Amino acid sequence: MAAPAVELNIVPIAMRAPRSLWKDAWWQFRRHRLAMIALVTLIFLMLFTLVGPLVYHTKIDDIDFLLSLKGPSAAHPLGTDDLGRDLLARIMFGGRISIAVGITAVLLAITLGTTVGALAGFFAKLDNPLMRITDLFLSLPVLPLLLVIIYLFRDSLRSAFGPELGIFIMIVGVIGILTWMPVARLVRAQFLSLKQKEFVEAARSIGARDRRIIVRHILPNAISPILVAATIGVGGAILTESTLSFLGLGFPSDVPTWGRILFDARNYLDIAPHWAIFPGLCIFLTVLSINFIGDGLRDALDPRKTS
Amino acid sequence: MGRYILRRLLIAIPTIIVISFVVYAILALAPTDPLSQFGADPRVPPEVRANIRHSLGLDDPWPIRYVKWVSALARGDFGISFMSHSSVMDLIVQRLPNTLAVVGVAYVIGVLLAIPIGMVSAVRRYSWFDHISTTFAFVGFSVPTFFTGILLIIVFSINLRWFPFIYDSTLQIHDIGTFLDQVKQSIMPITVLALFDTATIARYTRAEMLEHLPLDYVRTARSKGLLERVVVLRHVLRNSLIPVVTLVALGIPAVFGGAIVTEQIFRVPGIGELLVRSIGDGDTPVVAAILLIFAVLVVLFNLLADVLYAVLDPRIKYT
Repeated sequence: MAAPAVELNIVPIAMRAPRSLWKDAWWQFRRHRLAMIALVTLIFLMLFTLVGPLVYHTKIDDIDFLLSLKGPSAAHPLGTDDLGRDLLARIMFGGRISIAVGITAVLLAITLGTTVGALAGFFAKLDNPLMRITDLFLSLPVLPLLLVIIYLFRDSLRSAFGPELGIFIMIVGVIGILTWMPVARLVRAQFLSLKQKEFVEAARSIGARDRRIIVRHILPNAISPILVAATIGVGGAILTESTLSFLGLGFPSDVPTWGRILFDARNYLDIAPHWAIFPGLCIFLTVLSINFIGDGLRDALDPRKTS
Repeated sequence: MGRYILRRLLIAIPTIIVISFVVYAILALAPTDPLSQFGADPRVPPEVRANIRHSLGLDDPWPIRYVKWVSALARGDFGISFMSHSSVMDLIVQRLPNTLAVVGVAYVIGVLLAIPIGMVSAVRRYSWFDHISTTFAFVGFSVPTFFTGILLIIVFSINLRWFPFIYDSTLQIHDIGTFLDQVKQSIMPITVLALFDTATIARYTRAEMLEHLPLDYVRTARSKGLLERVVVLRHVLRNSLIPVVTLVALGIPAVFGGAIVTEQIFRVPGIGELLVRSIGDGDTPVVAAILLIFAVLVVLFNLLADVLYAVLDPRIKYT
């Protein structure tokens, strides 16, 4: 009785579909239940902000004082703010900006960090000066400095690029410039160990130049930790943006990012708690999902864990 | 050992000098005039404005002002606030106890809760306790502190009316009643901060313990017949705590930064609140002093973390 079952299990290795790193990682990732739930939640939230406004046509700036500070109703599913503006529309619109800030700021931080880390790890001469600069940046008090820079420079950027783009460029730029350091350290460590490997020597012996070795040979091998850091970084950047907006130093009130909506809502907690709760939940769910996905990715991309 | 500390100190000093320069340069090069408040007021005639600028020493080019500022700092003089005309040092010293009473207590509570939680969840890995505490840790550092604060205010101040949501710093403690008032008004801000600190440190402690548990020396200790409690507390915990101590030291300056938000929500008149207000007022001397203090704290605690690591881990060579 047991015999057929045993035969079924024997599959020649050559017949299995070829497995790539990414397929392996995806297979491993799917087994991380919380990470999968988080991925679905995040996709839902992204669709909510991207597709939502196409389906739900209420404007974000329709003022109606008769409807001010009303709780959820059929006409306004998430209620209204002090000027009677529809919160659902504002939250969907604001989500786009919050998420865009998160992704762009991380792209900048990752680019800066990878460049500095790769140069420091690859060229022994650059290592010491670049790492000194990294340590220096690590000693800067990030949040207070962000507040100061944004307060002082926002008017001139606003006049140069317009109120929305100017603030966007500044917030993304400042977050990027103040958060690249951990990535640089990570990439440097990867480069230090990878450049000793045989495949680098092989590449060099067939005449590959430094640039090619860095970009085509070492960097792809160092991509996993960068990817994990980037994922978690997006959550961090969204938190930073909403913190700045919550302190009144981020986007202006006509650009309702999630943090900004909370900032406007904080004086009406007693009569209109829904105003603060919905955008807060959005920030929380987004960041939580991103952190769980980062955790799942870390497990999935860790070769020691692959079974 | 002494030489190691000395060498680290010698690296720390130029770092602080460069940071002070960066901070001052950002403030000085900003396009926003510190006197814009006066500037916007049409009743202030230009001569008066020029006089104010002159009396505040704003006529000099900024590198000269920087040198003056640093040499005053070296004598312990942080300058005079533009707004309140009192010494910056006094303003900060006034605010410091409020910050420490909230932030400091929260951090201590966070550390004291986090280490046992992290330890138990590592030892009982995959148990229900571990699942709950790791999920809680994830929630703890994903939820923005301003949102936790707002939720607490909605639930406990507005609906249940248990705690006041504005922190009264004039409260004097002289009997049980006022002490209870102090506890009541501190509970929410402390909870907000402690939740975040506990989450971060517990997660780290758990990860460190898990690194150590499968090691050979743990098996040796068990095979000697030691009680499991002794193995965990005396062997694994002590070794795992070395990096945790570093993390705790490194986290202290960040805690002051994080307090900015909490102080803003609960209107605690601490350092963070002073910073946000001074930024809004364009009160450059106060802003520069607070930024510099934060930066010095970061550098000092980095130094402390390195020294602690070297003291606690005999494998580290002092070079």
